[in-house]
Amino acid sequence: MLRPIIASTVLGAVVGSVLAAGMLFARAEGAPNAVTIDNFFFTPGTVTVKAGTAVTWTNRDDIPHGIGSANNAFPKSKALDTDDSYSFTFTTPGTYQYFCYLHPKMVGSIVVEQ
Amino acid sequence: MSEFDQRDGVNRRKVLECMTWCGTGVLWTIAGGVPHSLGIMGEAQAADSRGLTFLQISDSHVGFDKPANPNALGTLEEAISKVNALSQKPAFMIHTGDISHLSKDKEFDDADHIISQSRLDVHYVPGEHDLIDPDQGKVYRERYGKAAKGAGWYSFDANGVHFIGLVNVVDLKAGGLGNLGNEQLEWLEKDVKGRSASTPIVLFAHIPLWTVYQDWGWGTQDGAQALSYLKRFGSVTVLNGHIHQVMQKVEGNVTFHTARSTAFPQPAPGTAPSPGPMKVPDDQLRKMLGIANVTFKQNDQRLAIIDSPLQG
Repeated sequence: MLRPIIASTVLGAVVGSVLAAGMLFARAEGAPNAVTIDNFFFTPGTVTVKAGTAVTWTNRDDIPHGIGSANNAFPKSKALDTDDSYSFTFTTPGTYQYFCYLHPKMVGSIVVEQ
Repeated sequence: MSEFDQRDGVNRRKVLECMTWCGTGVLWTIAGGVPHSLGIMGEAQAADSRGLTFLQISDSHVGFDKPANPNALGTLEEAISKVNALSQKPAFMIHTGDISHLSKDKEFDDADHIISQSRLDVHYVPGEHDLIDPDQGKVYRERYGKAAKGAGWYSFDANGVHFIGLVNVVDLKAGGLGNLGNEQLEWLEKDVKGRSASTPIVLFAHIPLWTVYQDWGWGTQDGAQALSYLKRFGSVTVLNGHIHQVMQKVEGNVTFHTARSTAFPQPAPGTAPSPGPMKVPDDQLRKMLGIANVTFKQNDQRLAIIDSPLQG
């Protein structure tokens, strides 16, 4: 179960350095502001973005999931069926804990920086 | 108590043998709150079954169309055909949730159309898939929960057995398991207060009330609190769904049981990267879907659960 997480962390780092090299990266998926849901896990589990950035969650599972803030700090998504996405733009710096409101063992966080 | 303990000990071993995965058609009988396996389905059907018989179906997921079962409505129809073919007509049916896959009107319509062909009264509790309409459960409550309290809990009596339908899929907390909540717990405590300890209790809810597998969220965080109100009762049977496979556990006077889905199987705890739908070879699917037939025998305080796959 660890392997996919490590793999996507590495992928994230690669994508990050590509961006650092000044290349534009238009696709949301795999971008540093994208979270995918695979096998009942949010990947990556923690995403760090600048304030004003939209974070997009995409469900790749055969089962619907829903994004909910742990302390109602941002609006929850509708239920996301397979391949559905939800985006929210975080404007206020801070750490936002969230979970799947259908499968609450699934948790993740968004760190919003100034 | 010594006789009870001894019998409990002997039978507990048998139960443990079967705890991780019960094969097809195993019959469980409860005598004085102590379950023991009687054998396979053939023997079960031969057994005397006077008293109350009811059915449990679960996790129909009407609307699901992924590879694990592209036709969940079709397998629900097969399950209802199986119900209609039973030699002894059950008194009623309970559905332990996830009627629909995405809480859409059409999904509920399709499910109702098929399930009504059983011509049985159906007592529903919602699964998490039934409450994801934009109004968060309004569709479910209007269809199935008009006479119920709160998010859809209620109780009723049949043949001297007290049935309690609970909702543990609402207001789930980050990192947590299934949730009953204080309002429902208080209602439950009052509901059973004053009832004779000899009243057999059947508690049903979607997510297992005991922790089957924490890592996958297969449990209810305040389930133990609910069960604490039932300690004085001699016979408590807890029927759940959600995990799409048969599991049994016995703890003192309480027998826990989960039913198969009529839509798709899910993996045994920890045997796959996630609890999601499990794709099996086509010729295996119907062996992993099914219904449960529950009989309460009035004279000898016995309650038997027979799990029948759609095929095999």
